[in-house]
Amino acid sequence: MNEKETQVELVFSKQPKFMQAITDSLLMIKRSSTHIIRNTDQLLGTFFQPIMFLVLFTAVFNAVGLALPKDISYLDFLMAGIIVQTVAFGSTTTSIAVANDLQRGIVDRFKSLPMSNVAVLNGHVISDVFRNGISTTVMLLTGLLFGFRPDASFSDWMLIIGILVLFTLAFSWLSAIMGVLAKSVEGVQWMSFLIVFPLTFASGAFAPTESLAEWIRPFAENQPITHVIEAVRGLMIGTPIDDHGWLAIVWSLGILVVSIPVATWLFKKKTIKV
Amino acid sequence: MAKSYAITVKNLKKSYGKNQVLNGINLAVERGTMLALLGPNGAGKTTTVRIMSTLLGYDAGTVSIEGHDVATSPDDVRSIIGLTGQSAAVDEILTGRENLIMMGRLYRLTKESAKARANELLEQFDLVDAADRSVKTYSGGMRRRLDLAVSLIATPPVIFLDEPTTGLDPRSRIAMWDIINRLKESGKTILLTTQYLEEADQLADNIVVIDGGKVIAEGTAKELKSKVGKDRLELTFASAATYKNALDSIGKQIFDSNEEEKTITLVISDTNKDVSDVLNRLTKAKVKIESMDIHKPTLDDVFLSLTGKAKKGKK
Repeated sequence: MNEKETQVELVFSKQPKFMQAITDSLLMIKRSSTHIIRNTDQLLGTFFQPIMFLVLFTAVFNAVGLALPKDISYLDFLMAGIIVQTVAFGSTTTSIAVANDLQRGIVDRFKSLPMSNVAVLNGHVISDVFRNGISTTVMLLTGLLFGFRPDASFSDWMLIIGILVLFTLAFSWLSAIMGVLAKSVEGVQWMSFLIVFPLTFASGAFAPTESLAEWIRPFAENQPITHVIEAVRGLMIGTPIDDHGWLAIVWSLGILVVSIPVATWLFKKKTIKV
Repeated sequence: MAKSYAITVKNLKKSYGKNQVLNGINLAVERGTMLALLGPNGAGKTTTVRIMSTLLGYDAGTVSIEGHDVATSPDDVRSIIGLTGQSAAVDEILTGRENLIMMGRLYRLTKESAKARANELLEQFDLVDAADRSVKTYSGGMRRRLDLAVSLIATPPVIFLDEPTTGLDPRSRIAMWDIINRLKESGKTILLTTQYLEEADQLADNIVVIDGGKVIAEGTAKELKSKVGKDRLELTFASAATYKNALDSIGKQIFDSNEEEKTITLVISDTNKDVSDVLNRLTKAKVKIESMDIHKPTLDDVFLSLTGKAKKGKK
C-alpha cells in the first residue's frame, strides 16, 4: 500500500444510468438468492412446507370434497388454493429480509455506495419469486404423486405461471412496505401473519366460497386472493373462471402500481435522511 | 500560506427534536492528513461522520468533501469517500470475497477489476485464509478489517473511520493501527473518530476535541498538551519513610502525591529554577530520591481539564 495503493488496474464500467440500475439490481438478486440458498433452515421449509400442507389439508378437509361436483376430487380442487396460499406466505419473507437489512450495519454500506437504493428491494422481491417457484414446483410434483390430475394445456400453464408470478411480485412488494415500516424483525413476522392468514383462509382456497359462513362470504368472494385462486383453478382443472381471470390480473397490477412507488419512497426516506 | 483542505465543515448543526446534538461544529482537514475527532460517548462524533458521509441530513451549516457539497451532490461525495462505521457494514451470509466483489461492482468496477481488487485487498488485510468463509464465522477484528477493505475498493481519496478500534482486543487494535498508518502513508485524507486519547495521539496529525456537540479544543497533540499547561516533575522514593520526609520538606508546591507508589508530582514553570529549588530542599533534609522524571501533560490530562469529566478507565 505504501507507494502505490493498488497494483490492480481499476477499470470502471461506463454504463448509462439505467443500465447501472439494472446491474445493481442483478447484483442484489444474486445476493438475496445466495442468502436463500445458504439459509438451510429456510430452504428446508421451502421444500417440505408444501408437502406437509398438501398431505395435511387433503386429509383434514377431505369431507369438503363431498360437496364438490362428482368429477372433481378434493385434491384437484385444493391444488390451486394451496399453491396460492404457499406463494402468499412465501412472499412475506421479503418483509423479513428487508427488515433484516435495515436493522443491520449493511444498510449504511449500501447508502454510502453510489448505487441505486431500490436495487436492494428488487433483489429481495425477485429472489422471492425464485423461491416461490421452487415451492410451487415441489407442490405440483407432490400433488401429481398423490393423484392430482390437471387438464391444463401448455398455454394454460403459461397463463398460470404468469398469474402466479404477477401475484408473487404484488405480494412481495406489499411485504417490502411492511419490512420498511417494521420496528423489528419479529414484529414484521406478526404483521405478515395477521394480514396473510385471514386473506388466504377467508377465500376459495380450501372450500368453495358458497359454502362459507354468510357474514364472511362477501369479503371472501371479492378479495384478490380468491380471484387468483379461481383463475388458477379454472386453468388447471377446467372449473368456470368467469370474471376471476381478469380480476386476478387487475388486482395484482393494481397492488404493484401502488406498492412499488410506496415501498421505494419509504425505503429511500428511511435510508437517506433521518 | 494557502492550505488545501479535503474536508471542510462550517457551523454544522443538527438536532433530534429538542435534543441539539451538534451545536455549530467547525473543522477542516488538510488533504493527505489525518484528523482525529476526539470526544466522549454522546459527544456527537458519529452524527458528524454520518452527515459528512451523506448518511444523515442536517439542519444548518455546510459540509464539503473535496469541493462537493454533501447536501447538493451526495452522489459525487459517495464516489470519493470510504466509510468504516462502528458496526461492520458487510453482509453476514456472504463470504469475505463475495462481499468485496459485490461491493466492488456496486462501485461500478468491471467484474474482472472487482475480482482482482478483492484478491489484493484480502492479501493486504490478512484475510486470505478466511476469504471463502461466511462472514458469520469471522472474529470482531476480522470483520473490521473486511469492512475497511470494502471501504477501500475503489481507492477513495477520503476515508472516514468511525471508532475503528472500539470493542477490539489489544492485539487487533494494534493491527488496525498498523493498517491505518499505512493508509495515511499512501496519502489519503482520513478523519478518525475515537474516544481513546492514546489512539488520537498515536495516529492523528491534528486533533479536534468535541463535547456536547461543540468543538472545545483543537490542534496537534503537542499543542493541546501545552494548552493544558506546564510540565510535571515526578519524584519517586524508595521507602515510605523517605516519601513522608519528602512530603514535609517540599510543602505546598505539591500537585499530586501517591502514597502507595511513593511518588510526588509537582507542576513546574521554570524548569531550571523549580527543579533545583526542590532538589536543594530535599538535599538539605537529607531525603534520597530514587528516580525523577519530567514529562509533558498527557492527553488524559488535557481531556480532563477541557471537559471537566474524568475519562473512564485508566491504562
